Amino acid sequence: MRLITLRDALREAMTEEMRRDPRVFLMGEEVAEYNGAYKVSKGMLAEFGSQRVIDTPITELGFAGIGVGAAMNGLRPIIEFMTWNFSILAWDQIINSAAKVRSMSGGQFGCPIVFRGPSGVAGQLGAQHSQSFESWLANTPGIKVISTATPYDAKGLLKSAIRDENPIMFMESEVEYGVEGDVPEEEYLIPIGKADVKRQGTDVTLVTFNKMVKVALSAAKTLAEEGIEAEVIDLRTIRPMDYDTLIESVKKTNRMVVVEESWPFASVATEITYQIQRRAFDYMDAPVIRVMGADTSVSYAPNLVSAFLPNPTRIIKAVKEVMYLKK
Amino acid sequence: MAKKKTTTLPYSREQYLSWYESMLLQRRFEEQAGTQFGKGIRGFFHVYIGQEAVSAGICSATRLTDPIITAYRDHGLALARGMSANECMAELFGKATGCSKGKGGSMHFFSKEHYFFGGHGIVGAQIPMGAGIAFAEKYKGTDNLCICMFGDGAARQGALYETFNMAMLWKLPVIFICENNQYAMGTSVERTSNVTDLAKIGLAFEMPSESVDGMNPESVHEAVSRAAEHCRAGKGPVFLEIETYRYRGHSVSDPGLYRTKEEVAAYRQKDPLNAIKNKIVEAAWLTEAEIETLDDRIMQTIKDSIHFAEESPFPDDTELYHDTYAEADYPFLME
Repeated sequence: MRLITLRDALREAMTEEMRRDPRVFLMGEEVAEYNGAYKVSKGMLAEFGSQRVIDTPITELGFAGIGVGAAMNGLRPIIEFMTWNFSILAWDQIINSAAKVRSMSGGQFGCPIVFRGPSGVAGQLGAQHSQSFESWLANTPGIKVISTATPYDAKGLLKSAIRDENPIMFMESEVEYGVEGDVPEEEYLIPIGKADVKRQGTDVTLVTFNKMVKVALSAAKTLAEEGIEAEVIDLRTIRPMDYDTLIESVKKTNRMVVVEESWPFASVATEITYQIQRRAFDYMDAPVIRVMGADTSVSYAPNLVSAFLPNPTRIIKAVKEVMYLKK
Repeated sequence: MAKKKTTTLPYSREQYLSWYESMLLQRRFEEQAGTQFGKGIRGFFHVYIGQEAVSAGICSATRLTDPIITAYRDHGLALARGMSANECMAELFGKATGCSKGKGGSMHFFSKEHYFFGGHGIVGAQIPMGAGIAFAEKYKGTDNLCICMFGDGAARQGALYETFNMAMLWKLPVIFICENNQYAMGTSVERTSNVTDLAKIGLAFEMPSESVDGMNPESVHEAVSRAAEHCRAGKGPVFLEIETYRYRGHSVSDPGLYRTKEEVAAYRQKDPLNAIKNKIVEAAWLTEAEIETLDDRIMQTIKDSIHFAEESPFPDDTELYHDTYAEADYPFLME
């Protein structure tokens, strides 16, 4: 093992796959000569040239559509959004074209494409640069949604995503790009649709994804000091979701708290809560509780950013609620 | 056999007969399909009648291996590309034998075999997709081009301006064809922009652009041939505004109150199908009797296709989830 950053892990995934398959190319704003807005694609232009690492004008709808057309015609595009906030301009191509062309054509045309970029709150960036869209996108059949922020998971999942035959939405984290983690030298893949138990525990199941995994692990550490052993599950893939791992966990813990940094209404947590009450009702000793981003736009002021986000204190409070503990 | 006669027509007898047959097939197909609307055919149904010279001229000027993508008014183009009346009619009926296995319907004809990249239902969405298809041809190093079609309504979508910009920047081998049938649903070209000369749109990107008479296949064929030569030479995209007219409403539910009967009648006077027929007869390439035989044969093909569609099965209920994802074992949420 060696320690590398999230951005290096993502770049290794893209670079290895581009060496392996000449149909793979990278396109997006500032990905080539600028070396990536967050330096994820640093050095790739030098290795692969301007035919395969392509700067675009600021036209998300246009270059997303070019990616979809190229994927229908035999290539395997990686389309970088500088952030997922900007992807909304391209959602017509994601929802109406990429997600549906296989179905509409009776299986004749596929769309093997990866849309990737950072997602979520990244400090004091204001309302329009602080959003997460996992639940919005995961609502749509025909696409898969991955959201991960650890170098090991990100590399293995991005490589799988690039080889997948379906359109993949791949969410990363701006504030985690520079954070290091263990990544093996040798090649590996992580299957899409499999959650990962990041911490074993017996008393309560904490379900989360992307950079909230760290927040949940921090809460679990504090809880352990109080004798409460939390199991922390990193979903990694939002669609298709690994319900089996969640159900196996609550069969053991009988309690669940879902932690998600986005808005509460029709969230990923909402879906998990439904599935748990439907499939594991008899195992539950308490209702599922969720710890969410606030039901409002993200503000600029630092105290309001903090108040928006889940934190260990809120998670610990929720755990104690499902365990019917005072304090 | 018709006797030989000297003619001043610019193309061969075979070319004119091919155009006539293609246009006649398109016309009769939609006329007959229209009689099935509300019976075997339901949903949206956008008719191409009046615009057949455009598809005939495009297909004669390009190769079958040149990918083609269009909007929801796609029946005529599919037939002109060589897709069978049977598979097209069956698709309108929602049958498993349809060109999209009954999953697409009128707006979503597809055929990989015919490099027909679909029938798309969101106005203008196929414009960047068409550029992407062309991007792939260039990337793979072929000399194919993409024919990317849309209407005058789509010419006002932002996607067009984004795509024209990148297509020129990267010199993509794509012929953008705006079939200007004068109306975006019920809104005339004059009511959608200060710029009513649509060919001018390309000039902002320094894209070679021209207006073409779309009421005869000869002028369409000539313009598309020139554009194809430009694309295949690696010189980048071309924009053609092909002026045409749809005789029928935007869709079956359109009473056409936004235009006059006289306007429609004036265009019918210039009907491309009649014009080609007259040229063939005047050149003595076919007699009236031979034309009638040809018409009967086409009509029989269409009637057979209706029979084929009626007799074909609907997709099996188990098809509901198939083709949503590439893999057969995707874990759908089934309650």
